[in-house]
Amino acid sequence: MKFTEEHEWLLVEGDLVVVGITNHAAEQLGDIVFVELPDEGREVTKDEEVVVIESVKAASDILAPLDGEIVEVNEPIVEEPGKINEDPEGEAWFFKMKVEDLSALDDLMDEKAYKDFIS
Amino acid sequence: MGEGERMTDEPTELKTTVLNELHHARGAKMVGFAGYEMPVQYKLGVLKEHLHTRNKAGLFDVSHMGQVILRGPNLAEALERLVPVDVAGLAEGRQRYAFFTNDAGGIEDDLMIANRGDHLFVVVNAACKEADVARMRAALEPGGITVKLLENRALVALQGPEAEDVLAEHCPAVRDMRFMDVETLPIAGAECWVSRSGYTGEDGFEISVPNVAAVDLVKSLLSDARVEPIGLGARDSLRLEAGLCLYGQDLDPGTSPVEAGLTWAIQKVRRADGARAGGYPGAERVEREIAEGPARKRVGLRPEGRAPMRAGVVLYDAEEGGAEVGAVTSGGFGPSVEGPVAMGYVSARCATEGTALWGELRGKRVPVRVAKLPFVPAGFKR
Repeated sequence: MKFTEEHEWLLVEGDLVVVGITNHAAEQLGDIVFVELPDEGREVTKDEEVVVIESVKAASDILAPLDGEIVEVNEPIVEEPGKINEDPEGEAWFFKMKVEDLSALDDLMDEKAYKDFIS
Repeated sequence: MGEGERMTDEPTELKTTVLNELHHARGAKMVGFAGYEMPVQYKLGVLKEHLHTRNKAGLFDVSHMGQVILRGPNLAEALERLVPVDVAGLAEGRQRYAFFTNDAGGIEDDLMIANRGDHLFVVVNAACKEADVARMRAALEPGGITVKLLENRALVALQGPEAEDVLAEHCPAVRDMRFMDVETLPIAGAECWVSRSGYTGEDGFEISVPNVAAVDLVKSLLSDARVEPIGLGARDSLRLEAGLCLYGQDLDPGTSPVEAGLTWAIQKVRRADGARAGGYPGAERVEREIAEGPARKRVGLRPEGRAPMRAGVVLYDAEEGGAEVGAVTSGGFGPSVEGPVAMGYVSARCATEGTALWGELRGKRVPVRVAKLPFVPAGFKR
């Protein structure tokens, strides 16, 4: 699993990258009450706003971690945003994207580097 | 400007309440609020804290609020020159909601006034307390009235349907109190000033307790399995669902009590043709708006879908084009309503319950309906 400074995690699954937010991010945000996911098929560029999440406290944007195409989104978290607090690094992933060049992930933090980053 | 007055980026030192250590010990996440370091949530989190208060009992530290004692001759009449409510007719042992107005008829702060026999006990908002005390001193001291801001008492609120049962274990007399009654009662060995009131829409009590006894009182209330400590996050969602105004958001110096839907708090005796009509700052505007209706009104708002509409969201009367008709002043997710809820001000023509409006969220107009307040029925014991 790889991590961004925006507190997203990325996991390679075949030729796709699964993206979600970290336990740390979910904890900081507090109870999440609303999620808006991008349309499947949307082409995104790195740092483009792709997901809106709102907790009881505030709204936050989730940025695309890489250039690519959104191929699948996790609809159940739209119906039950609380799942993001329960299992952010598992069941409550946000979207899967197809990226041109998987080597772009090499620049991201590994788990140890992310742990240092948030401590 | 002298050297010492230069602006710096240094954070200002936050004040603490006497319960500060207890908040930390209970795992609270602390934030700056009105100059105080206060708990925004504990380990349960905002959602569960909110629901716990609606279902059982929640304990809130509201010691940052200003507790003020007024004493002196012709006290009620003198205070009526600052607030448009009936103070003279407030019976001993009763409390009433009020607001300070300015010359333009806007609201400078909202407050509670209790008649405690030989004095009035006033509770004002934390962010306004210095200004409120200055206002009362300027107006009341020349008439021989003393205005004392208490630094030696904490204030806690126990709110929720089980609040009475919990507090009655410490002091059975609370069972006989009705909504807005005030009494001096011994609780956990201290002389407490108790009122049956609060700001969550639930039944409950607000307890002024000497600082020296506050930690013991709170620990003993929290030792009851029915009670959880509740932070400012849930306090905000509870009062929003209850349709109650937050000063600085839903009320401000430009907003009149009539626009704010608070005319109910201006008793007949203080309205035009009443025995003690007017005589407070801005009475002319308030009376005119009561007679003719205000240009804009505070309303409840139920956004469609799940996206919260927060303070600042602009409201329109059409999905495309149309006119800007108002804005949200408080909004978020209502845990008991299980959906987004908001309040805001809209043009009078759009203020009827059921009116379809649109709020602009991230560049998109999202439908929202004018709704009845409160969003949840009040649990007061009248």
